[in-house]
Amino acid sequence: MMFGKMFHRFKNRPQHPADSKRHDGLSGSWFSLNDVEHAKEFKIKSIHSHGAIRQRLLDMGLVPGITVTVIRDAPLADPLEVRIGDSFISLRRTEAKQIEVHDDKQQ
Amino acid sequence: MTSNNKKERLLVALAGQQNCGKSTIFNMVTGLKQHIANYPGVTVDKKSGSYREKGCVVEIVDLPGTYSLTSFSLEERVARQFLIEEKPDVVINVLDASNLRRGMYLTFQLLEMGYPVVVALNMMDVADRRGLEYDIKCLEQRLGSPVIPVIGRSGQGAVELKKAVLEAATNKDQMAASLNYGELEEKVTELHSMLSMSTSLKQVVSPRWLAVKLLENDSGAEDIIKDHMENAQEVMAHAKTIREEFETTNAMFAGDHIVSCRDHLAAEVEETCIIDHKKGEVPLSERIDRFLLNRWLAPVFLVLTVWVIYQLSIVQGYELTKITWPFLAAARTFIADLLPAAGFLNDPQIRSMGLWLVDSANTLLNYVPIFLILFSLIAILEDSGYMARIAFILDRILNRFGLHGQSTLPFILAGVFAGGCAVPGVMATKGIPDQRARLATILTVPFMNCLAKVPLYTLLINIYFVETKGLVLFYLSTITVIFALLIAKLLSSHVLKKMETAPFVMELPHYHPPTFNGVVRRAVDRTWLYIKKVGTVVVAVAAVVYILLQYPGLTPQQETLYQQRAQTAISKFYDNMEGNKLAPTVAEYEDLVRLINVYISYKAQKLNAQGKEASQGVDHTFKEAYPDYYPFLKRSKDKDARKAIRALKDLANTRKTLRREMKEERIVNSFLGQIGRSLEPVTQFANFDWKINVALLSSFAARESSVATLGVLFEQSDGENKTLEERMGSEQMAAGYTALTAAAVMIFFALYPPCLATTVMVRVQTQSWGWMVFSIVFPTALGLTVASLMFTIGSIMNLSGIEILSLLYFIVLGLLLIVGFYRKPQRRGFSGSLRQRAESS
Ligand SMILES: Nc1nc2c(ncn2[C@@H]2O[C@H](COP(=O)(O)OP(=O)(O)O)[C@@H](O)[C@H]2O)c(=O)[nH]1
Ligand SMILES: [Mg+2]
Repeated sequence: MMFGKMFHRFKNRPQHPADSKRHDGLSGSWFSLNDVEHAKEFKIKSIHSHGAIRQRLLDMGLVPGITVTVIRDAPLADPLEVRIGDSFISLRRTEAKQIEVHDDKQQ
Repeated sequence: MTSNNKKERLLVALAGQQNCGKSTIFNMVTGLKQHIANYPGVTVDKKSGSYREKGCVVEIVDLPGTYSLTSFSLEERVARQFLIEEKPDVVINVLDASNLRRGMYLTFQLLEMGYPVVVALNMMDVADRRGLEYDIKCLEQRLGSPVIPVIGRSGQGAVELKKAVLEAATNKDQMAASLNYGELEEKVTELHSMLSMSTSLKQVVSPRWLAVKLLENDSGAEDIIKDHMENAQEVMAHAKTIREEFETTNAMFAGDHIVSCRDHLAAEVEETCIIDHKKGEVPLSERIDRFLLNRWLAPVFLVLTVWVIYQLSIVQGYELTKITWPFLAAARTFIADLLPAAGFLNDPQIRSMGLWLVDSANTLLNYVPIFLILFSLIAILEDSGYMARIAFILDRILNRFGLHGQSTLPFILAGVFAGGCAVPGVMATKGIPDQRARLATILTVPFMNCLAKVPLYTLLINIYFVETKGLVLFYLSTITVIFALLIAKLLSSHVLKKMETAPFVMELPHYHPPTFNGVVRRAVDRTWLYIKKVGTVVVAVAAVVYILLQYPGLTPQQETLYQQRAQTAISKFYDNMEGNKLAPTVAEYEDLVRLINVYISYKAQKLNAQGKEASQGVDHTFKEAYPDYYPFLKRSKDKDARKAIRALKDLANTRKTLRREMKEERIVNSFLGQIGRSLEPVTQFANFDWKINVALLSSFAARESSVATLGVLFEQSDGENKTLEERMGSEQMAAGYTALTAAAVMIFFALYPPCLATTVMVRVQTQSWGWMVFSIVFPTALGLTVASLMFTIGSIMNLSGIEILSLLYFIVLGLLLIVGFYRKPQRRGFSGSLRQRAESS
């Protein structure tokens, strides 16, 4: 029964709650994991992607509130390698751009 | 979840993340009692087995790797459905002790679903080395479930685990830990009580878990509600309101909040129950990666690795086949002896067909040593953790062409440069999470130069490209990769455009030394798969090709003609033997046929015998076995014997010529020959005549047979021992073929559809006949087009074979560079475009 629905798509992607606030100028731009300096700790604030991509990021431990460090770029600049605790995750820049981070120390 | 306290049969599920060691633990507890099937309708392996514990039969199922029981990926859906529908009595949650925090997200959900959970804390050895110390009591208390430390690899902890499973099944009043969702807790409880109204739903899943899933906006959860509740719409609308309210007040997804609650608890448990003795130290893996993944060194190490694989498996493996081949040859001789003996002109059908099948199987089995080495090395790469790094290094390039970092393994298995097999290659695409890239990989893996393409290349190169051997080999081994990339790009931006894609988010596992057993097991498994292919598909298709090549056979007139010529030759033999003292030995016709067969097998064995001793050994065997015939075989001073040998040699040669002519005539008449000729109008543009067509058609059964078929078609016309190269060369040159044709044939062969076994595997992996047919039709059309263009343009411009190859090479290389470096035009500065895209999506 469930298998019939196995290949459904994510319909009506919800708008990110933080995105809707963008217009009133409160939170204009944000830093993504793609923009940050290497070897520095940041905290994940929010994941701006949806559906399967978002879930995959969460599954690999890129969850809101966790501390990440970008360690290196691949030889051809993409993907990135990040460290979360004791595990090392590689992800493409397109995905990294969807991950909002903020400076850990400033909080 | 069940009521009776003591059961005779228990159903236990093994759940955990990928690579946490589920399968290892599964093997540890079940031993060899297991079998693999598929979950209904999907390609996910279902591995189940059983063991006995205190008079109770425990059936255990190895679930696919899951992180969070969502409905996004096939594996997760399969695992979730199994848990919900089969209701296992106990769930063993395997956790990687060295990566506990992430693993516990699943544990919390399993507990929330209400299953009795036993935690198998695996990889304790790794955790030890990493300097992690566990307070097991504390963990048990925090999770409310038994926690058993195990080392899957060495089997440590198996007894305790089995015991705990039995206890968990009988002891139902286990107090499961529950997770507090902070600001959402109240709403979760509210939704929980709403869902609890439905009794039918309560029997299927835990309402609390479902409530949380609804707030996470999980479509699978909505399906369950729709199946069980009349007021489903109302409940779902309510959940939506809760989500939206939460999102406006907190500027955060409810889902994000739930996930981060799980993470907080996990972090807290980790904090209280684990002491990290090496906190703050840089892990060993990271220190290694500073070299191996260094921007400049990484490509060097990668090339070095591929080179070592090539040297050890292909070059050294080839040496090894020289040792193993005699065994296969001996097996053939053995079978040949069992089959009815050969006649003078016509052999019994069962003999010809039997030997044809043995030869087909042997050519493929000959590669087994190469595969054992190749697959062992690849298993080492996988188990050590370097394979994931290769994907990391190459993802940028592969992604550019619609593939995925993890396409690397299938391509290596299929033989990127030379050597490999597309069957395990296509199989290895299983691990690619991105559906579009996966299909693009499946459809391009067969372009790689599998071991079976090599003999035809070698043959043609040795005839037509003797002076430029190296260059042509280089072209052939790299042009297939270029074509594969271009075609992958073409497919993924057109035919496959609509398919699901997934991000490349992959763990780079910590390095660890591979174990001997693990490597051998995997190498043997993959090689066995290859052998099964020989055993089934290839032999079956070889039989079909045999029939297509043999029938309808000679016309009665032709048959009579050959019989007459044979009669003449035999009479001549008896004339020569007139008055010879050896004549009585072969007085009867049957004796003569037997003598000729003995003579041929003697010659063959003498030829194979290496060294004087072996040669004398052959003499000795034949002297013992056939004392009467021996004077006909071994040269001696005796006058009569020498005369007899000469007469026999003449007769044997005539027989050989006659048989070859018959064989060729048979192929000319055969169904396959007719098909080959009927294709000439199409293939003429590439200058393929019917003989080449027949060879290419028969190679669909197994690529190797192309050379075998060509061998028959260009068989030597006289007694002299020319190699196939020389024969084909002289005949083709005479027929007006040039290196240009050879170049077209080789390129066609490089692009030609996968062999039948591979297309069967394509069917298995894609679950679609459509893609299987596509995987045959598309490359054929492409290959024929390219080959025709090569020949036509080459003829018009009067180019030589090597010139047209170079031209083609630079054209496709140029295309590759254009596609590789092409960027969408409208962009203002690099970072600007990045920001733009980030915001637009
Ligand atoms: N060092 C160590 N390695 C283990 C242990 N258990 C499993 N492995 C290795 O971890 C890898 C993944 O194991 P596997 O059982 O295939 O994981 P699955 O994906 O959960 O089925 C394999 O290379 C195993 O040999 C263990 O206790 N210690
Ligand atoms: Mg497994």
